[in-house]
Amino acid sequence: MSTRATTGQRAAAGTADYLDQRTGVGTAVKGFARKIFPDHWSFLLGEIALYSFVILILSGFFLTMFFVPSMTLIVYEGPLAAMNGVEMSEAFASTLDLSFEVTGGLLMRQIHHWAALLFMAAIVTHMMRVFFTGAFRKPREINWVVGFVLMILGLAAGFTGYSLPDDVLSGNGLRITDGVVKSIPVVGSYMSYFIFGGEFPGEHIIPRLFTLHILLIPGLILALIGLHLFLVVLHKHTHFPGPGRTQRNVVGFPLFPVYVAKAGGFFFIVFGVLALMAGTMTINPVWNYGPYDPSPVAAGAQPDWYMLFLEGGLRLMPGATEFVIAGYTLSLNVLIPAVVIPGLLFTALAAYPFIEAFATGDKREHHLLDRPRNAPVRTGIGVAILTAFFILLLAGANDLIATHFAMSLNDITYIFRVLFFVAPVVAFWATKRLCLGLQRKDRELVLHGHETGRIVRFADGEYIEVHKPLDEYERWIRVQHEPRRPLEILPEHDERGVRRKGYHRDALRARVSRFFYEDRIEPVTPAELAAAHSHGEHDALEGRPSSDGVPAEIASGPSVDARDR
Amino acid sequence: MSNEHSSTDLTVSGAGTSPATFQDPGMPPHQERMADKDPAAAKRAERQVVVLFAVSVLGTVGMLLAYFLVPSGDTVESMRTSNLLLGLGLFLSMFGIGAAAVHWAKTLMSDHEQAEARHPQKSDPETRAAALAALEAGAQDSGIGRRGLLKGAVVSAVALAPLTFAVPLVGQVGGDWDVSKFRHTLWERGRRLVRDPSGDPIRAADVTIGSAYHVIPDGLREGEHATHWIEEKAKAVVLMVRMDPRDLTEAEDRRDWSYEGIVAYSKICTHVGCPVALYERQTHHLLCPCHQSTFDMADGAKVVFGPAKRPLPQLPITVDDEGYLVAQSDFTEPIGPSYWERLK
Repeated sequence: MSTRATTGQRAAAGTADYLDQRTGVGTAVKGFARKIFPDHWSFLLGEIALYSFVILILSGFFLTMFFVPSMTLIVYEGPLAAMNGVEMSEAFASTLDLSFEVTGGLLMRQIHHWAALLFMAAIVTHMMRVFFTGAFRKPREINWVVGFVLMILGLAAGFTGYSLPDDVLSGNGLRITDGVVKSIPVVGSYMSYFIFGGEFPGEHIIPRLFTLHILLIPGLILALIGLHLFLVVLHKHTHFPGPGRTQRNVVGFPLFPVYVAKAGGFFFIVFGVLALMAGTMTINPVWNYGPYDPSPVAAGAQPDWYMLFLEGGLRLMPGATEFVIAGYTLSLNVLIPAVVIPGLLFTALAAYPFIEAFATGDKREHHLLDRPRNAPVRTGIGVAILTAFFILLLAGANDLIATHFAMSLNDITYIFRVLFFVAPVVAFWATKRLCLGLQRKDRELVLHGHETGRIVRFADGEYIEVHKPLDEYERWIRVQHEPRRPLEILPEHDERGVRRKGYHRDALRARVSRFFYEDRIEPVTPAELAAAHSHGEHDALEGRPSSDGVPAEIASGPSVDARDR
Repeated sequence: MSNEHSSTDLTVSGAGTSPATFQDPGMPPHQERMADKDPAAAKRAERQVVVLFAVSVLGTVGMLLAYFLVPSGDTVESMRTSNLLLGLGLFLSMFGIGAAAVHWAKTLMSDHEQAEARHPQKSDPETRAAALAALEAGAQDSGIGRRGLLKGAVVSAVALAPLTFAVPLVGQVGGDWDVSKFRHTLWERGRRLVRDPSGDPIRAADVTIGSAYHVIPDGLREGEHATHWIEEKAKAVVLMVRMDPRDLTEAEDRRDWSYEGIVAYSKICTHVGCPVALYERQTHHLLCPCHQSTFDMADGAKVVFGPAKRPLPQLPITVDDEGYLVAQSDFTEPIGPSYWERLK
């Protein structure tokens, strides 16, 4: 070892000693350095969200150095010839300057915008991962709610940032917001004044959105990310089922060095990919749109993807649902798609862990994830919600579908109106059946092994296909889950004919539980496997006169089908 | 009721001596990677990691070169070139580090899976009891349970204090809170219709059949409105079209609101307030590009499709002595999206 390395080591030891004497950091390092985290590609989704947020902060800081959040009108004089002499807000002018006069400003702006889209996409897919694998179950319900609030804050961050350039596209987005807010019964007009500081558009909205966008919302997000990660560490990460993985352990690799390298490296990969996207793909070219003016509007304009479901809902809702009651106007045509449906959707999402816990009556901690197929109703519900969301996304692009595929806009809208109700039901049913089918396939594999494609003829002329049994590791993943069955409740009256207290609550719980678990496939038990083996004994190769010397493998003839019902 | 199924209550008839469930076989044996077995492969992986870090350094240098040598310039094209080069440099700079670190971890760092024990989240009974005792002792010390007046005083003071912040904020955040402004626009008797944005007045005789005009009130940016003309414009914009008077279906009480087939309607959609801008001359339909509400300009701007309920408000127009189009009055109803007290 060279002298330099020794000096370095001595310096490191000195620093560590200094810190430890003042903070006791040794305890934390001892606890965390070799902390075990499980590995799975889907665990990266949350990381992408986190890294996108860090990149948003970095690029956002760059942007704030040059952006002027003011609606004061000025006349543009700058390098962009098309805009010379045009009256615009300082916000829009400074956005143009960021693109044309600040070298790298456009790159930062495009990184910021792409990162915002990626942030929301990562949050939503991360939520899907957590949902479909049941990672929200006890003890992680609170962290699900924290994550849910983070998603809402992400939407708010995106919305407040989108409008800042004060271009004609985002300005019309704000005008739609104003219209939606006004539809709220009783207080709508006042809420519009609350937001805009008077009549739309006023001169307060950009500075207000700016403060929300760069101070309040990111501050809250940062705080909640801290809480979110704290709870992840506290609970220790869930892991997928597999040999050696139980509810009482966590199997994976140590934080230092493996995840320092992998997760740390992944930050740079995410940053690199966003830089590539920003360098090669134009996003929100506001110089083409022009500054906000209340009169012009662009056709074929869509909001950022995470707002598109609201736009789709607004487009689908028939106008006939506006009513006047006792002289007061109730705009259900706006209220339902823009306020009620997202409200219900989000409430259902936030409450889901508690609904499922109610249905199962399960009070245990769960650290092993579900394979989505093993929770058919939950998976079905998730797919149904996603389907409804996706239909709304498509409806938000109905004009583009019409122009790109030369279809009637009206017909598309009518079809989506029907699909919004029908498609989720079909999706739920199909997903549930698919999950049950996959479970049957698992049973079949466990009972009969892999098909090998090898056909063997016995001396007596019988043909069989040789099946290769699963090894115990392969088998374990297909049999490790516990069967879930509907709850059974005590009768309404006890033996003395007295009505039992709490019966109705139990009856409701039993109904919910039946909905979740009535249709089910149970995992193979050792007894069933043994029975399958003995069942196939007549054509097992072992001990039979055989000319080809096939080793002792479980073999089953074509008459042996899946024995599950 | 049976809340929990323990996995052991599963029985199958005739199971004999088989256990009820399968046993966890434990972690599978570790499989060695190339770099674990072959020092040459390990050396190769190390070289690959070094190359990836070197790519990052090159990217950083490239980005700095692009910054100094390729300014964003004066045109959209030069700006795009600068953006592309900077972006590629930053991509290599970042991606190189990331790929190197991940490759390092995957090929050279130990990939022996390890297990760590979990512990139930809930604290043990002694700790719980001690926590409860601590709270009780604290409550006892404070005397909050015995002194009811004190409890009331604390609650009232703390509940009222936020008003010092909330009242000044809510009092002013909505400007003057005068929501009746929604009802009125700049239009008034005799105010000329002028083109947006040039401000040129429109002579009725110059408006050809089939043409559509984007119209604002004359004098929008003058006088008392000069400081908040943009709010006035947001309410007052009008779309004016001329069609063959024989195509026009007019309500009995609005026969004199048009002028020789020229009709003027608020351009602000009655759905959520987008400017309604796509006029189809053949069908006389006006389409809102935001949510596709479609209005029939030949028939009182009635809704023929989409999420809007009400027709666009009509601006009664006529001509002045010089033949220029003027308004007869303001709109007779609030323009734009519906709100609760709209008809009050």
